[in-house]
Amino acid sequence: MNVLPVPASLDHRTVDGFFDEVARLGEQRTLFDVRHLRWVDPDGMVGLLVAGTVAGRKQGTPPRLGLPESADVHGYLSRMGFFEAAKGVFEVEAPARRAAPRSSDVLLEITPIAANVDVHSVVDRVQSKAGAILTSRLGYPPTAVVQFSVILSEVCQNIIEHAEAPGWVAAQAYNWARRLGRYVVLISVMDVGRGFRGSLSDEHSARYGDRWGDTTALEAAFLHGLTRFLDSGRGQGIQQIRRQVRRWDGAITIRSGTARIGQVPEWDDTPPLVDGLEPFPGAQISIILPAKVGD
Amino acid sequence: MDPRFDPIWIDVGQVLQRTVTSLYSHLVTRPTGRAVRMAIEARLQSAGARSISLIDLSEVVILDFSCADEVVARLVEDATRSPTHEAFFVFRGVHEPHREQIESVLERRGLATVAETGPGTFQLLGTRTVGEERIWSEVERRGLVDPDDIGDLAVDAEDLLALESVLERRLVFRNPSSGRVHALSRLVQHIT
Repeated sequence: MNVLPVPASLDHRTVDGFFDEVARLGEQRTLFDVRHLRWVDPDGMVGLLVAGTVAGRKQGTPPRLGLPESADVHGYLSRMGFFEAAKGVFEVEAPARRAAPRSSDVLLEITPIAANVDVHSVVDRVQSKAGAILTSRLGYPPTAVVQFSVILSEVCQNIIEHAEAPGWVAAQAYNWARRLGRYVVLISVMDVGRGFRGSLSDEHSARYGDRWGDTTALEAAFLHGLTRFLDSGRGQGIQQIRRQVRRWDGAITIRSGTARIGQVPEWDDTPPLVDGLEPFPGAQISIILPAKVGD
Repeated sequence: MDPRFDPIWIDVGQVLQRTVTSLYSHLVTRPTGRAVRMAIEARLQSAGARSISLIDLSEVVILDFSCADEVVARLVEDATRSPTHEAFFVFRGVHEPHREQIESVLERRGLATVAETGPGTFQLLGTRTVGEERIWSEVERRGLVDPDDIGDLAVDAEDLLALESVLERRLVFRNPSSGRVHALSRLVQHIT
């Protein structure tokens, strides 16, 4: 059995390297070794589910998942619904411990997205907590809950409309005291579908000729709003998400296949475009919304 | 005498609950928007050759771009293309949290519509020229313009073109028999 050590810190900064490791796995069944996991954010948690799904597909059997030694990490994964979501993705080594009470900064536990009803469920569920967290932690106006819900709705629909495969979403508020000196909300939406290149190829690849690939597909959708639909009203979702994220001085990045594209603010040193990553299925979207800086 | 419009009041919140499922309380996802639009269109089919509808979004809390495209932009676009039915729309309850979604989807399709953005406050949303905005605002201010006053409303060729455009785009209504030009807001004002 392969043993894949999961990084001690699995978050939006390390998840691409982790996906690259998963993409290089062979056909032998894998144990995802999370014993040394000390820090995980929504990108890390949802990324683990995506990675497990990809490994399971390649190896024809669900990979095994060890449990983290850290009680804090274990408890946090439980509270975020990770072990529930992991059923069917991983063979978990031992029963999960009972979940601790829900943290006040959990905006949205890991939620599978496979149909439109799931999007409604996500929007319903965030109403009760989003308002309080967005105003108290991020200093956004009370009406921001509407724009936040719209972002969630549009980004989750991206899975259903384009991936043709299931995915997951999760969101959490954190105090980035050392890194940024303020709170942030992280939203992670990932799927294991056909990715942006696969979604756009039939309609748009010919005009790009030899240049067509993951990078050009991401640029076409992310920067220019291209979609596989001929209807002029389509393709607005990502553009509108980008606009709202920019207003809140936030960051949004999307990995699909071998590339990751992003719209990053000044406080974030993430490069706006990374290519040459290992081929990886689906699309992985990460959004970071920082607290408003005082006027 | 002006023909009597019997305005149709459509509460989108109710349509959402009756058409899709009572479990959904928000206007999100494209299939949901499509189902709501089709329910509205079914009601309009029985309205005769001409209709004016007050599409009431007051009870809708969350409206995403996909639903705004289906329930506002496509409804307006399809209706203005219909050769058999002359449909006019006023959207009520277009509060600030909805406004951007509606403006964006209308602009994406090059459309405009009349919206009540606050109690008794009507605005044009979407794609429009400066001339169209000016003429529409003047008709809105007056409420009703008699044929004899058209020259006063549209003082030059540019204004006349703008007036023809807002008529063609069904942003105001001209009575074919009397020639009077009506602000759409006045035609739905008695619906509370």
